[in-house]
Amino acid sequence: MSMNEEKKEFRPLIVAFCCNWCSYAGADLAGSSRLSYPADVKIIRVPCSGRVNPMFILRAFERGADGVIICGCHPGDCHYSTGNYYARRRMALLFSMLEYMGIENGRTRVEWCSAAEGAKFSKTMNEFCEKVKSLGENVRLGDIRCKN
Amino acid sequence: MQELINRLKELIADGTVVRAIGWKKGDMPYNPEPAYFEKPEDFDNFVYDGFCGANLSKMMIEAAKLEGKTAVCLKPCDTYSFNQLIREHRVNRENAYIIGVGCRGKLDIEKARKAGIKGIKSISGVDIEGDGDVTFDTVYGQKKMAYTDLMLDRCHVCKGKDHVIFDEVIGESKDTGDADRFEEVIKIEKMTPEERFAFFKSELSKCIRCNACRNVCPACSCRKCVFDGVKFDSQQKANVDSFEEKMFHIIRAFHVAGRCTDCGECSRVCPEGIPLHLFNRKFIKDIDDFYGEFQAGKDPEAQSPLTDFTFDDLEPKDAVGRGE
Ligand code: SF4
Ligand code: SF4
Ligand code: SF4
Ligand code: FES
Repeated sequence: MSMNEEKKEFRPLIVAFCCNWCSYAGADLAGSSRLSYPADVKIIRVPCSGRVNPMFILRAFERGADGVIICGCHPGDCHYSTGNYYARRRMALLFSMLEYMGIENGRTRVEWCSAAEGAKFSKTMNEFCEKVKSLGENVRLGDIRCKN
Repeated sequence: MQELINRLKELIADGTVVRAIGWKKGDMPYNPEPAYFEKPEDFDNFVYDGFCGANLSKMMIEAAKLEGKTAVCLKPCDTYSFNQLIREHRVNRENAYIIGVGCRGKLDIEKARKAGIKGIKSISGVDIEGDGDVTFDTVYGQKKMAYTDLMLDRCHVCKGKDHVIFDEVIGESKDTGDADRFEEVIKIEKMTPEERFAFFKSELSKCIRCNACRNVCPACSCRKCVFDGVKFDSQQKANVDSFEEKMFHIIRAFHVAGRCTDCGECSRVCPEGIPLHLFNRKFIKDIDDFYGEFQAGKDPEAQSPLTDFTFDDLEPKDAVGRGE
């Protein structure tokens, strides 16, 4: 009985693409400062937010993610100077297209977070998880073959 | 048309060009095909009429690598694609002799079929110089349709009849634009998310992944296309899951965002009649809204919006929920 109840509670799976130089370090800081963020956040380290190909995001959704967040250095602080400026344009267009196709707003997000902002990282992840949780399971961008 | 043939023959005869790219008669009166012409007798099959919708600019990627110059016939909208190919270093301008050909709108045989016209034997009234109705001689007798009723949707939202790049212009054009090209996109934006999702699902589920939309697109000229790669299992022949349909269409349109000239070829060639322009135009509209109006191919020197940025660009979170 209690096992069934446990199963019912929806825990969103979040994929976070984190830039190696800022947000990934930010996540590290959050950890070493003992700030918590949900265990359902799976971090994938990328060299720069500019490395995030729209295909990565769609694939994450396909394989069962309920929300995808991209974290990079603050505009002006990208370690490759301009990667996040390009990422900002790409993601703006991609998110708008997903909305246009009827995918719920709020499943995707971009957040700028520096290596010193461990607290911001933890807060962002908690908020994002709550948001995605309220949206429920990702059905519209999933692939039934990837469900078990 | 005769003037165009004569001029092309002349250009080959006097050595200005080695060959020409134009359209030749197809097996039916409504499906002329893009073709190379070299010898005088090749021109016996040359045709340029209302059904020559095919954009020949992409053929210049190959032709511009051949020895000697190639004359290419480009309609006003095709010249935008050609400019974009120059911008992307896919064609060598020096190897092209561009003949800007006049256009009074190109035709869509599907519109005749939808109007119940079947068993077509021959068609008249589609000449480039013509005026007035189109007459179909069918096995069930003669049928007539107004030229504009038969026109491709893209011609109703034509960018204009000026050739943006050419060496010479042959033939007259007639204005055909009588609709707003963002009208359909705005209509979809106004639907609820559920309606939008259902709409795209029903459209995209028709896709047979023939890749015709990609193959015809002048902006899709990558030597190695992501949809041919085995690595991402993105090259499936048929979509086995609705995810793949969405993925293919989002990525295809995304890859040409900022480079798509809205030439309309993708929607024209889709055998399933999927309105691919709805994706491209959504990106075009967003780019115009977010980063300022931009027409790909208008100026071969202009920076594409996705390879550019400003310090205070819109944040992705502000790109969504604008209608709420
Ligand atoms: S041309 Fe049409 S059917 Fe073919 S891949 Fe493109 S959208 Fe699908
Ligand atoms: S995406 Fe379609 S409209 Fe845009 S350039 Fe390619 S074929 Fe033309
Ligand atoms: S779909 Fe993308 S990778 Fe393929 S040819 Fe077009 S732009 Fe290139
Ligand atoms: S290095 Fe962090 S966003 Fe580019």
